Amino acid sequence: MNKKKTERCLKVVSWFCVAGLGILICVPLALLLCGSLADETEWGQRIRPLLKDSREYIEWKWIPDYPTLNNYRELLFYAPDFLTLFWNSMKMTAGILGGQLLVGVPAAWAFAVYRFRGKGALFSLYILLMLLPFQTTMLAKYLVLNGLGLVDTAWAVILPAVFSTFPVFLAYRGFQGIPSELFEAARMDGAGEWDVFARVGLPLAESSIMAAFVVSFFEVWNMVEEPLAFLKDMSLWPLSLYLPQIGPQQAGRAGAASVITLTVSLFVFGMFRDSLEQGIVSSALKM
Amino acid sequence: MRSRKNWNYTLRSRRRLRAAKRFLFLLPSLGGVSCFVILPFGKMAASSFFTVLTNEFAGFRNYEAVFHNEAFRLAVRNTARFIALGLPLLLLGSLGLALMISGSPRLDKYKYLYLLPLAVPAATMVLVWKLLFSGQGFLNRLLGTHENFLGEESAFYILVGSYLWKNLGYTMVLWLAGLRAIPEAILDAAKVDGAGRVKRFLLITLPCLRGCISTVLVVSLLNFFKVFREVYLVGGAYPQRSIYMLQNVFQNWYVNLEQDKLAAGAVLLAAVLGTVSLLLQRLWDHGET
Repeated sequence: MNKKKTERCLKVVSWFCVAGLGILICVPLALLLCGSLADETEWGQRIRPLLKDSREYIEWKWIPDYPTLNNYRELLFYAPDFLTLFWNSMKMTAGILGGQLLVGVPAAWAFAVYRFRGKGALFSLYILLMLLPFQTTMLAKYLVLNGLGLVDTAWAVILPAVFSTFPVFLAYRGFQGIPSELFEAARMDGAGEWDVFARVGLPLAESSIMAAFVVSFFEVWNMVEEPLAFLKDMSLWPLSLYLPQIGPQQAGRAGAASVITLTVSLFVFGMFRDSLEQGIVSSALKM
Repeated sequence: MRSRKNWNYTLRSRRRLRAAKRFLFLLPSLGGVSCFVILPFGKMAASSFFTVLTNEFAGFRNYEAVFHNEAFRLAVRNTARFIALGLPLLLLGSLGLALMISGSPRLDKYKYLYLLPLAVPAATMVLVWKLLFSGQGFLNRLLGTHENFLGEESAFYILVGSYLWKNLGYTMVLWLAGLRAIPEAILDAAKVDGAGRVKRFLLITLPCLRGCISTVLVVSLLNFFKVFREVYLVGGAYPQRSIYMLQNVFQNWYVNLEQDKLAAGAVLLAAVLGTVSLLLQRLWDHGET
């Protein structure tokens, strides 16, 4: 019976670990959500020690004294700049994701299914480009964008991101998981390459492509460096650059802005939760 | 009737046409990537052997300057330290969690909690940090002290923590996928043969995960470089010494128009990462056979 006991003991311990840590991980989010319900005056009082540099501490309350949705109302209805940035973000995200679909997915298909000379080297190069931090390619990109006269337009952020190689890598793994006999069969039946790609490849790799897009979405929606480097005109900025400008004095407003930004992400996350997981799964398996 | 030669000719041209058609799939991506990264980066790499202002051939002088640059050295040290601490913690921590979750299906639903931080904007994270770790923040309240954790050596550990916080879920799901792909039958057979938990893990589970490891490594490394957002938002161009990363150096060279150093440094980093990517691909091919 001793064995059974250790078994049960292990189960309880792992439950505590997994559930406990999981909840701990979400505490910051809860903190924000609750914080966004307190209005400016209340935050002003709570945060005062931070400004005075005194010996007191910031006060924490899970439930605000006067819970209100004022922060949200102000942001959504009385802060035109917030809405502008929100729509900028939407436009950029749509442009980038659409572009990645048109450009990156076919490339992933070519890498996964076709044999051609120099494929291995080219794919290594793609992985290298994916790993290179933005700061090293920033100058190169700036020079090109400047040459094209695109600096300070939304295209300066959209175009380089469309040609990011990360989605190619993720979708590649998905296409690679499909047995090539299926493509052969389609070709035998007289399907052209485009048909094989669009009618056989795409539907079968759907979940990994979706996962690539969800991950891409999180990336793009939270972009900081790229717009900061290529956009000087603040009216073109995305939402992710609105947040850093709010100081702790307006913590309630910052909380509300964060929650709104986050809500969009969470919406996407919730919609594509399963395909995100499946896609990650297929990218991890060795083929 | 077609002659044999003619037939061969049509076949070949048809094959060529097919190859061209296949190349069309790659073309847009390759074109864009070349235009925005490969070509300008190549030009920059070439310019790293020249002095920008005078356009004089400089040999390896720019590289020497980079090697002797105090900021660059500090950044390399910090970056190496970060990877040396953060990467193993992330890999082992997420593997541990994945093992626990795959052990009992009831825990499966908790994994979504771990994926949530992926969606949190960096600026939001930084705001929470300020509330938690500033001199008057909640952590000090708990400890009864008045230390500014973000302005000291501890900033490094906070950064490592937030890297783990953000990436634990994704990595865990990657591991979980690898674990699920291991045929149950092998594990059961080993169990019947009397192999203990540890033995089964070392001799069956780990070798089976080999193909998964390279993906996990690539993604973890990739996400490491994204940590810069938090560094930048919390510390600006010159953050606390312990979190001054390579990305900061490049950013500052960019802002100060020090093109010589930027080019040489970028080439160096690309060389290192290129080696890493080649090694990973080797690992991949190894895992596939």
